[in-house]
Amino acid sequence: MSDPMRIRAQAQGSGAIVRVLMSHEMETGLRKDAEGKTVPAWYITEVSAALNGKTVLTAHWGTAIAKNPFTQFTVKGAKAGDKITVSWVDNHGDKRTDEATVA
Amino acid sequence: MKRGIRPLIVAACASLLAGAPALQAQPSAAEGIAQYRALLAEGNPAELWEAKGEALWKQPRGPKHASLEACDLGRGPGVVKGAFVQLPRWFADTGRVQDLESRLLTCMQTLQGFDAAQIAATPFGRGEQQTMESLVAYVSAASRGERFELPQARPEEREAYEIGKRLFFYRAGPYDFSCASCHGEEGRRIRLQDLPNLTKNPGDGIGFAAWPAYRVSSGELWGMQRRLNDCYRQQRFPYPGYASDATIALSVYMGVNSHGAASVAPSLKR
Repeated sequence: MSDPMRIRAQAQGSGAIVRVLMSHEMETGLRKDAEGKTVPAWYITEVSAALNGKTVLTAHWGTAIAKNPFTQFTVKGAKAGDKITVSWVDNHGDKRTDEATVA
Repeated sequence: MKRGIRPLIVAACASLLAGAPALQAQPSAAEGIAQYRALLAEGNPAELWEAKGEALWKQPRGPKHASLEACDLGRGPGVVKGAFVQLPRWFADTGRVQDLESRLLTCMQTLQGFDAAQIAATPFGRGEQQTMESLVAYVSAASRGERFELPQARPEEREAYEIGKRLFFYRAGPYDFSCASCHGEEGRRIRLQDLPNLTKNPGDGIGFAAWPAYRVSSGELWGMQRRLNDCYRQQRFPYPGYASDATIALSVYMGVNSHGAASVAPSLKR
């Protein structure tokens, strides 16, 4: 079970600024543990964001992204009260979707 | 050919000269770090621990299957807001001066039935120590922006301050180090980090007022106990016991010195 994302969406000008904080280990697969065994890769591969159900952003991520990643983007045309949905999929096939309302 | 090269050299010299003042105007390492912090401030992953901590505070856990909502952090059972900026303080039920982490251990033992000694012996970042990380993030965040006001009315609290002061200036170990070797005067740094002078109030959100914190370099949330443990490691002292009276006394010393400083915990550290 993954922990929820923290999503903040704020109306600004003709759109909204969305800030997303995700909880994820983002293991590169290059590190070794105390016993010298490789820590298996475990990272987010795809991130998508939707405004009222319509996809507005898709991103392919890899091992270069930090642990507990933070991402920020602007959605044109978003108004207060609109729903922003952010989802990620990791290389284990785990998924997580969280929703926020534009304030 | 020669004619072609000449203007090029002149141009290169001119740009070098033009570059000189720009180099001087480059921000210092500390300013660079401050800038980096400002960039990350809106996405401080400590928030993830805060959220986890709040859930863990309210969730019935442990052998007694109880939540921590009846835990008295000094402002009455269940009061979380404003508790952090008055810790460490003396508690009547345990008869000890306790910091946040040792107080949480007490609550986890008495209310939830966990074995406090066993949690204290658990390495950082494992088992119930992970729970502790989340709890300290949650409790400290509830006092964000409030000013430190550690009580010093009890003789035990004043004694803890004096012991903490002695420990702070106690030089020993293979490096003949004390806390004061690095934190006893202005302008000291370790690598690129400026070290606050902890013998006085270093200001809002600096030193004692900045912990617990999320450490970007390790992706972990550190409480004050882990901070102090690592300070002792860097001094090559033996490791202090988790939630031991010595670490609490040091916290009292730093906390009382930080009187009036606003807490920004859980903050963001390199």
